[in-house]
Amino acid sequence: MGFFLETLIGGLMAGMLYSLVALGFVLIFKASGVFNFAQGAMVLFAALAMARFSAWIPQWLGIDSRFLANTVAFLLAGALMFVVAWLIERLVLRHLVNQEGATLLMATLGIAYVLEGVGTSVFGSDIYKIDVGMPKEPVMILEGAFEGGLLINKEDFVAALIAGVLVGLLALFFQKTSTGRALRAVADDHQAAQSIGIPLNRIWVIVWCVAGVVALVAGVIWGSKLGVQFSLATVALRGLPVVILGGLTSIPGAIIGGLIIGVGEKLSEVYLGPMIGGGIEIWFAYQLALVFLLFRPQGLFGEKIIDRV
Amino acid sequence: MKLGKLALSTAATAVVLSSLLTSPHALAQAKEQFFPVLVYRTGAYAPNGTPWANGYVDYLKLVNARGGINGVKISFEECETAYATDRGVECYERLKGKHGGATVFQPLSTGVTFALTEKAPVDKIPLITAGYGRSESQNGAVFTWNFPLLGTYWVGADVAIQHIAKKLGGVANLKGKKIALVYHDSPYGKEPIAVLQELGKTYGFEVQLLPVAHPGVEQKATWLQIRQQKPDYVLLWGWGVMNSTSLREAQATGYPREKMIGIWWAGAEPDVKDVAEGAKGYSALTLQHGAEPNSKVVKDVLELVHAKGQGTGPKDEVGQVLYMRGLLSAMLGVEGVRKAQERYGKGKVMTGEQVRWGLENLNLDQKTLDAMGFAGVMRPVQTSCLDHMGSSWVRVHTWNGSKWEFSSDWYQADEKVLRPMVMLASSKYADEKKLKPRTPEECKK
Repeated sequence: MGFFLETLIGGLMAGMLYSLVALGFVLIFKASGVFNFAQGAMVLFAALAMARFSAWIPQWLGIDSRFLANTVAFLLAGALMFVVAWLIERLVLRHLVNQEGATLLMATLGIAYVLEGVGTSVFGSDIYKIDVGMPKEPVMILEGAFEGGLLINKEDFVAALIAGVLVGLLALFFQKTSTGRALRAVADDHQAAQSIGIPLNRIWVIVWCVAGVVALVAGVIWGSKLGVQFSLATVALRGLPVVILGGLTSIPGAIIGGLIIGVGEKLSEVYLGPMIGGGIEIWFAYQLALVFLLFRPQGLFGEKIIDRV
Repeated sequence: MKLGKLALSTAATAVVLSSLLTSPHALAQAKEQFFPVLVYRTGAYAPNGTPWANGYVDYLKLVNARGGINGVKISFEECETAYATDRGVECYERLKGKHGGATVFQPLSTGVTFALTEKAPVDKIPLITAGYGRSESQNGAVFTWNFPLLGTYWVGADVAIQHIAKKLGGVANLKGKKIALVYHDSPYGKEPIAVLQELGKTYGFEVQLLPVAHPGVEQKATWLQIRQQKPDYVLLWGWGVMNSTSLREAQATGYPREKMIGIWWAGAEPDVKDVAEGAKGYSALTLQHGAEPNSKVVKDVLELVHAKGQGTGPKDEVGQVLYMRGLLSAMLGVEGVRKAQERYGKGKVMTGEQVRWGLENLNLDQKTLDAMGFAGVMRPVQTSCLDHMGSSWVRVHTWNGSKWEFSSDWYQADEKVLRPMVMLASSKYADEKKLKPRTPEECKK
């Protein structure tokens, strides 16, 4: 029972991190109807910027404090993500207004390659460290109730907490602010939104900026866990089954989807894996998402697809 | 008029052709030994592929700086594979006929090696797979173009068990023990399984198999299983980000790093430097060499290549573990050419077929190695037509939190265990592919 609970808790915490990555997809799709294949590349780019700035700033400014260096690096990386968002709108999206979804999707694939290439050229392709003081050693709880206690990974716990707070803030932003409502209006219909005076270009810059900040937070958390390197771009693949399952337009869907995928893949690896050779958690997540698609093509919380004839 | 135009164009073509044929560039090409360099400087495995590539290329530059191979200069061209098998094959096809023909290929990928094993005999180009590739390709009677020089994964698996047995106080103490293999779920990661299971049956220990999907960034479930099943030792057979993630997860689940032993592809600086103190006590096998910043060959590279502004990568990387692996790999290829020249003519460019003879007759004794600057780095290598591996010496080194330090004496793989397995697997391969193994008489030709 103790082991089952450990796996379950581990899955929930991993799921919260998947939610954070999935959130990047949801934000951009919700506000612009674009499925952003560049989300993984944005996570990598942001993490590279953060890692390199946090190493360079103490040399540039002679700062000794790690906290201060990390704070300045975070702000600089955030500013860089703003520039990236502005460039994406200027150079790519502005020219593709009212184009088919598939065209926009292909454009984001191009953006992904550019970001990966530019990121590794400017910042390097080595492994870089982000040290934001995340605890690395495990902690044991309920040692009286279970033999050996329940192991909690403190780093995952803190990361899940940060992800949870960010998800909550973004949900509030979309539901309660006028900008959030404008973003949703643009997602529904570009032309209709323009006709009532919503500035499409500005909205797109805002949403890509927000997605950039989400990518930065995800990059800092994953980068702190894994080290900043090219593999971070593949972390986005963990978010794909989450958005399929949770629905592309729903922030709560990204959270619930992330938790289901996180728990599902860990339990499957531990309990099903040994029976069928192991190493199944990645494809099991997609399998789970496919099963959901059969019954709810729009995902758990996605908007219903209504076609008028 | 038409005749005039025809004459003019014929003359122009003749001038262009003759100038091409006699240009210094064309002449230079004809006297150069071409080394194609398959690398991965991009993608998920770039942090590990880049130092290997830098060491490889730096050594080729060093040979040129020393005057070439008996006067024959080396030319080389890189091709990016991103550790993808399809791209590796594409690079092979693109480079095999360039600059007068490829001397030797070293794909640095077991997947690409599997794919090229059937192509190399057709194109008559040797494949050097130092420390990777198909373990049964040690048998040169069947795998006539493969050279897993210095060691195979079966050697690694056998030595890892020898090392554990030594720590436990003898092979008798392996009985009843549980040894987990955390492996990259790819042809590379699966290679040691056969030997571990065979040794498990012989010595009575249990082997627990835990595959990790590419690229290995998510291993929580794997390490929760390790926490539950409490294996006595964990063997780590990873590559790239998988290695550092394993060490981080071991730290996060409290598994002692002193009980973890990695293969030589899981024992370099990129695997541990960011984990730093968290990886302290972790050991890995070495393919003879470790980090060798004080070796003579490294000093030569710094003096004759880097000091002249021709270094391929950063200076502080020279001498690191994977840099040395690339450097050694290049040296083995170069020495194959040098040996071939002894038979087919010193100062001449060798064909792939001639280089194969050179690689089959390598005899790098300690005196030669020391003279080349490899004193303390590696032990003698002697190949034959039937043994394409040439050496199976292994040491263990341990991460002390800031650098790798040797922590064991030399081990040698147990041929009594491995040879029958090599023969069985290679004859099975020969049957499948309908190959007729070479006889010792054929080898003498």
